[in-house]
Amino acid sequence: MGSYILKRLVSAIPVLLGITVIVFAIMALIPGDPATAILGSYATPENVEKLNRDLGLDKPAVQRYFIWLFNMMQGDFGRSFSLNRPVLDEVLDRFGATLVLAGTSFVLCSLIGVAAGVVSAARQYGFADKAITFVVLLGISIPSFFLGMMMILIFAVQLRWFPASGMWPIYGDRNLLVLLDHLLMPALALAVVATGVVARLSRSAMLEVLRQDYIRTARAKGVPERGVIWRHALRAAMVSIIPVLGIQAGFVLSGAVYIEMVFQWPGVGRMLVDAILKRDILLVQGGVVFVAACYVGFNIVVDVAQSLLDPRIKT
Amino acid sequence: MSFLSLLARNRLALAGLIVMALVVLLALVTPILPLADPDVTNTGNRFLKPFSEGALLGTDHLGRDLLSRLLWGTRLSLAVGFAAAVIAAVLGAAVGIIAGYYGGRVDNLIMRGVDMLMAFPYILLALAIVAALGPGLLNALIAVAAVNIPFFARNIRGITVGIAHKEFVDAAKLAGMGDARIIVSEVLPNVVPVIVIAMSTTVGWMILETAGLSFLGLGSQPPQADLGSMLGEARSALITNPHTSVVPGVMILIIVMAINLLGDGVRDALDPRLRSGALTRPMAATMVQRKGPVPDPQGDNVLDLRGLETQFHVKDRIYRAVGGVSWGVKPGECLGIIGESGSGKSVTALSVMGLVASPPGVITGGAVFYKGEDLVGAPYERLRSLRGREVAYIFQDPLATLHPLYKVGDQLVEAIRVHHHVSDKEARAKALGLLKDVRIPNAESRLENYPHEMSGGMRQRVGIAMALANDPEVIIADEPTTALDVTVQAQILSLLDTLRREKGLAIVFITHDFGVVAQLCDRVAVMYAGRIVEEGPTQIVLDAPAHPYTRRLIACVPELGEGKRALHAIPGLPPAVNDLPPGCAFAPRCDKATEACRQGEIALDAFGARKLRCLFPETELEAAQ
Ligand code: SF4
Repeated sequence: MGSYILKRLVSAIPVLLGITVIVFAIMALIPGDPATAILGSYATPENVEKLNRDLGLDKPAVQRYFIWLFNMMQGDFGRSFSLNRPVLDEVLDRFGATLVLAGTSFVLCSLIGVAAGVVSAARQYGFADKAITFVVLLGISIPSFFLGMMMILIFAVQLRWFPASGMWPIYGDRNLLVLLDHLLMPALALAVVATGVVARLSRSAMLEVLRQDYIRTARAKGVPERGVIWRHALRAAMVSIIPVLGIQAGFVLSGAVYIEMVFQWPGVGRMLVDAILKRDILLVQGGVVFVAACYVGFNIVVDVAQSLLDPRIKT
Repeated sequence: MSFLSLLARNRLALAGLIVMALVVLLALVTPILPLADPDVTNTGNRFLKPFSEGALLGTDHLGRDLLSRLLWGTRLSLAVGFAAAVIAAVLGAAVGIIAGYYGGRVDNLIMRGVDMLMAFPYILLALAIVAALGPGLLNALIAVAAVNIPFFARNIRGITVGIAHKEFVDAAKLAGMGDARIIVSEVLPNVVPVIVIAMSTTVGWMILETAGLSFLGLGSQPPQADLGSMLGEARSALITNPHTSVVPGVMILIIVMAINLLGDGVRDALDPRLRSGALTRPMAATMVQRKGPVPDPQGDNVLDLRGLETQFHVKDRIYRAVGGVSWGVKPGECLGIIGESGSGKSVTALSVMGLVASPPGVITGGAVFYKGEDLVGAPYERLRSLRGREVAYIFQDPLATLHPLYKVGDQLVEAIRVHHHVSDKEARAKALGLLKDVRIPNAESRLENYPHEMSGGMRQRVGIAMALANDPEVIIADEPTTALDVTVQAQILSLLDTLRREKGLAIVFITHDFGVVAQLCDRVAVMYAGRIVEEGPTQIVLDAPAHPYTRRLIACVPELGEGKRALHAIPGLPPAVNDLPPGCAFAPRCDKATEACRQGEIALDAFGARKLRCLFPETELEAAQ
């Protein structure tokens, strides 16, 4: 097991490098002169040149890439000009909030999605199946930001059940209950699409498994139908569900940007949008690389979980 | 044509198609509709409610007519979404075809890049691209198209790889055709349908994503507005004037939902597995629709089948897999049931405990008596409590029939604990004993093995141990040795024989191999096209087969006991059971067949200990007194 984890970690290195190359390449696409973009078109040529030198933009691209990479490896993601603080500090401050939001959504979409898919498959063509299929269709068709707005309108404004925005109240205690109160709506709104995708896939994975011979064996043994579905079939179906959960993790992590905007959630997504609008390139670069790297790390966890679940995978 | 009719049969997909057609039509005619200018502000008329004078859907925060803005926004969103889908599909397909067609290093390099791009959380990549290009609708379009290219590239590459190695491509190369021409004339026609399907399932996403970027303020810039930026602008007035948000939001929902319905319909219509109904799940017990009288139990058999009929109902066709089969076994007795595949022998065996996959299986007649109790139509809970406890099964291929992800010890323990309230420890001890009973060496460590870690013979021993777990009265073995080699087969057979003598088990042994029957069974029933054609004590039938089919089956075994399994020595194929000829089903393959054989029903007549369904037997039998 240990050697398998090590192997996966090593194989992540080229992926991480690839990510930095891609991000750097995209940023190098920037039309015109970035220093002019930052300083505005009224900047004096001297200022532009100085900034270019400060940003290291007078050097060739390959050299710039390696300088950027080496600095990042030492924890120096550069400095955000719009916030005037180190990029990494800002990203780390914001990432916690995103992690809470996306993590909760991920748990919700995994649990609800898989359960809905299993029930749907077990009652194929029955009422529950049709109802779930319809709700799932609705769920994957509704834009999360619109859903979030409607939730605010109904549950925060009309019913006053939950606060409309933010992660913490401006005044007052900061404890788990307060957090949950603020978290529930955004986490749900973010989870809906992913839940639908997971439910769909779980349903078809279950239908595939339920036709297998070993399910007939379980029935021939006299295993009650509930055990057949949840113990025998689901266990086997998880092998194809887990990779999709990995993809959905990336989806909630990055889709959080919409929800963070709607619910004023102080996460990385909102930071990125602000940075893009202010053309704070270093902040965008740093934020994107950081989140993508975290996602690569999470995928290693998914692979390890998969190998624990399926003894046939050679570890 | 059949594709269109399939699509039409899917009512939801049709609804999606109609809605989508309406929306597209509206978007197309928008410029000629008598609408207010979408961009003319009129701050005097801010936030008019829907159904106001002159503004059917009301006005927004700058007093602009919402209906007009909605239609123009829809037009823009649709155009951008479709454009993104087409760009992504074309570029992705190009990359995929190049990678798949040229293969080797080109393929390797391209797919590495594609994998890298797919390692990104999707929306993050789009944000990075917009960050580089700057906010704007065109840039948002480019970003959304770009992040979807890897998806198309990977799909299309897979298909192309399959085509690139086909003979016609090789032939074209030999004929001196250039790569470009081969791609256009041979590869592209095969790939286009896949591209269309992939587009139909992703265009909804693209519309959502561009709307999302616009919502964030990174897409269309004021005063021009697509649906996303309409929502984004309305957000600040969400609480005071919700209609400005609801109008564009609902429109996005309608569009995306219609596209998704349509996409699902297209996918389903093209999925061969859905068409054949192969994706329906089997229910917990076989469906029972018994017509006609229920027979009475006879004799002192533990398990007694009377006139059992099992059919498969597929669409409007009916396959009579089992057409009125009767047999019985006494304790300690072994009954062999033999026939070619498709003869209905396995379906008969599975019908006993309601294990025939249903749908499509239906038990339509007869009865299955276990100790005098009719199991056909018994409540599920009753059936379940007998399964494995009183009547246990051994199946053919234990690699497929044992659960691949549980240790064999756990599977044995489960078999015990579903029927007996014993502690895990006791069950484990019993499981160990079972493995020893079936002569598995190192039983302790074997408990911890997964099925894939064992040899075929060992796995089948586990299968037998599992069948024995609850000391059943009857074991139904469905070709348990077919997947094994000859020496292992002999071991398994002698093991079963010993167990039968030691425990007084009744065994029903299903096989297509007379050699196996000769070694193990007291009596044998020969099945053909869903019915028994001959039955009798094994030795007597072997020495003097009466049915022409039985004689041929026996002739297929070169040396009895050698276990030669192939049956192709009999010319012709068994008939399809949805289209049985009148009279003897074997007549088309029988060289003694006459007109009389094809006239009508031939009865299964009893001759002492034997039964026979044939007008011109190979051996004259004495009629029973
Ligand atoms: S009934 Fe006629 S056709 Fe059928 S097996 Fe006997 S001889 Fe052959």
